[in-house]
Amino acid sequence: MNEDPGARTHGIADDSIEVERYELRDGASYEFDLELARRDFFKLLGGGLVMVFTLKTFAQESGRQGGGRRAPETAPKEIGGWLHIAEDGSVTVYTGKVEFGQNIRTSLSQAVAEELRVPVASIRMTMGDTDLTPYDMGTFGSMTTPRMAPQLRKAAVAAREALIDLAAESWKVDRAALTVSDGKVVDSRTKKSIEFGKLTKGQKLLKVIADNAVATPADKWKIAGTSVAKVDGRAFVTGKHRYTSDTKRQEMLFGKIVRPSAFNASLVSADTSGAEAFQGVKVVRDRDFIGVTAPDAHTAANAASAIKAEWKAEPQPSSRELFDYLRKESTPPRQNGGQGSIEDGLAKADKKLQQTYTVAYIAHAPLEPRAAVAEWNNGKLTVWTGTQRPFGVRGELAEAFRIPEERVRVIVPDTGAGYGGKHTGDAAVEAARLAQAAGKPVKLVWTREEEFTWAYARPAGVIDVSTGVRDDGTITAWEFHNYNSGSSGIQTKYDIPNQKIVFHQTKSPLRQGSYRGLAATANHFAREVHMDELAHLVKMDPLEFRLKNLKDDRLRAVLNAAAKAFGWGKAKTADHGFGIAGGFEKGSYVATCAEVSVDRPSGKVKIIRAVTSFECGAIVNPDQLKNQVEGSMVMAIGGAMFEAMDFADGKLLNGRFSRYRVPRFSDVPIIETVLLDRKDLPSAGAGETPIVGLAPAVGNAIFDATGIRLRGLPMAPGPLKL
Amino acid sequence: MQRITELHVNGNKLRIDAAADRSLLSVLRDDLDLTGSKYGCGEGQCGACTVLIDGQATRSCVTPVSSAVGKKILTIESLERNGRLHPLQEAFLEAEAMQCGYCTPGMIMSGVALLGKNSNPSEAEIVRSMEGNICRCGTYPRIVAAIRKASQASKGGGR
Repeated sequence: MNEDPGARTHGIADDSIEVERYELRDGASYEFDLELARRDFFKLLGGGLVMVFTLKTFAQESGRQGGGRRAPETAPKEIGGWLHIAEDGSVTVYTGKVEFGQNIRTSLSQAVAEELRVPVASIRMTMGDTDLTPYDMGTFGSMTTPRMAPQLRKAAVAAREALIDLAAESWKVDRAALTVSDGKVVDSRTKKSIEFGKLTKGQKLLKVIADNAVATPADKWKIAGTSVAKVDGRAFVTGKHRYTSDTKRQEMLFGKIVRPSAFNASLVSADTSGAEAFQGVKVVRDRDFIGVTAPDAHTAANAASAIKAEWKAEPQPSSRELFDYLRKESTPPRQNGGQGSIEDGLAKADKKLQQTYTVAYIAHAPLEPRAAVAEWNNGKLTVWTGTQRPFGVRGELAEAFRIPEERVRVIVPDTGAGYGGKHTGDAAVEAARLAQAAGKPVKLVWTREEEFTWAYARPAGVIDVSTGVRDDGTITAWEFHNYNSGSSGIQTKYDIPNQKIVFHQTKSPLRQGSYRGLAATANHFAREVHMDELAHLVKMDPLEFRLKNLKDDRLRAVLNAAAKAFGWGKAKTADHGFGIAGGFEKGSYVATCAEVSVDRPSGKVKIIRAVTSFECGAIVNPDQLKNQVEGSMVMAIGGAMFEAMDFADGKLLNGRFSRYRVPRFSDVPIIETVLLDRKDLPSAGAGETPIVGLAPAVGNAIFDATGIRLRGLPMAPGPLKL
Repeated sequence: MQRITELHVNGNKLRIDAAADRSLLSVLRDDLDLTGSKYGCGEGQCGACTVLIDGQATRSCVTPVSSAVGKKILTIESLERNGRLHPLQEAFLEAEAMQCGYCTPGMIMSGVALLGKNSNPSEAEIVRSMEGNICRCGTYPRIVAAIRKASQASKGGGR
């Protein structure tokens, strides 16, 4: 019951999608009608100027494949986004990306405002509405900044140039004399000016731009590169912003699902008479799906509880046996990387080391549990839901109800977080099924227990590392096997001539899928703890050891910057330890230094300080970037120290905040962030990478303080035995 | 089952008709359309539902509506007056003390309650007082800074 068969046929089958994005596998393909989209623009948006930009590559950008891979040159054009300048001069950007707290609503507005030379406040952004915005494969993978932002920039550049053309034509002057400033086109000689709105009045101009507009380089940025405040921030501090679960529709009912007794259970029988006795309650039963609708949530919950359902579940492994199970159930591996010969490398080594590292399943636990409001009107289904893949969920709904996608609309309000956990349309499909039966809109909000239990987890993993090193600190051999957690971040930036890197897919007892950083957290933990172990083996300083085996300038830069800000190498207090870790993921570089203190009598570990240096090319919004880096570090503390999903016999045992500990105010150390701004490099995303350095840095610091080497995450759910 | 017919919310006496054992949170959100207070866990562990009852920070998700009768309930919606934000709301904006914003109303209400009792809290006092509020996006340091800032700005942070 933890995999909706309808959902499985609307994922993505594409080698460029990381293997551990299990929830996206087994996809059917979409067909997107470009002409249809063009025809509808002005009906949709009103008159004015519409800039549409297309994407050259098909499979990569759109995430779809139509019956087999096609070469980029012959691929149909995909629309990446559009921008509308209305007759009143207002600028609206339409993007299929969604806002989940990573603040791309702000950073994308900065990009457009820059090129159009208008204040950020004058940009409206419509996001994640499948009726209004172009197709997008999903807001994940730190792709918005490197891919969507440049496209929107170019659309804005093209719009700017089109407005100049319009003015030049209207004034019969040479366009070279015209500039754009503050929402107007200005003749720099005569100072004559005209507002955008007046230029586009009465027009219905659609321009399709390809990839060749030239955007302002980062060193000339005036709006991007500055710490613009979060767009619409006021709506959040006043409580006025309506999340999915705040959405209300006329005659709306409340839904509740009857959940199976265990994972993978099937329904044997159900007595729904108890629920039917409640006034205004409708019971919906469809194979293994049992739900109720009621005029209020309280009645819905009571009615659902009154249903007596019998489920049949198979015996399932528990968390105690997890790591043995993962190894045992692995399928023949596919090699991810290798060079040279491990045998030769080990033969050249003075010392060898073999260790195993593990990571537990952890839960995303976004503070807003998943929810959906579904409404059917004359055969058209509209669903409000917080998902990172509005178009993917549209597909799931179309498939589940066997209706064409044009009759499904998914709208994503700015959502209360996801961290990679809200890619699928579970709540959407459930709410829509209830609404269909009830003939009225239905709101379905998952409880916190449902959110913990029935969503997918970050994969657990077992990682075996076997290496050889010379006494002078040169690593000669590096063999790295990851079972289950994934291959993101599995490659190393260290310069090692003999490498064998393998990802082993296995059977997973728990439903699993994408999580912020994917397997990079697990792989960096294993790698950076192992590097620390090697450094100690050859009696070298851990930073020096890394630098000795590393030519990559950008990784060297963040390691050095973090170490310098931290005071690496300086004197320590007794029972304090220092640790360092660095890495690379999704086009950006991170290094973290941590200081821990250990209370010997109690065995309690406290993270005192964490200093992270981060570099992601040209910085778009320094303060918001700092916010992401800090937030990643705090989130990382959970997975590093105490978060773990505990399960047995197909049941999650700790599916509530009173049993599943997440980082709180008192867990936060002194945090320092050192941002390196590389205006000479394209901007990369920053939502994920900063998370990977914390766990190994803290683990290494604990070793430094105590001599105890911890190789499993979470490292200290309870006190250490000293 | 007893029905509750009146609540005192944000300075107003409001008529409702709710079963006595319903949570105050659900009545505020579903019956009164005061959706600023959020559902995060239903067991009083995350603070997203925090309101003030007679000045005390209260987890409305585990508060039966019957127990709120006759008391002064304040929700996040009460803070903005005539278009002017409460100093703590301003401080949150200046400190960019949020990412997804879902915990924000609860954080602000807990902060208002703290400043109402302790006009100049130390960082340790803030941490202790706010420990029941979860921010999964990890903006804790900024929230602490916002509360400190508001305490300095308005000499008490309350009105």
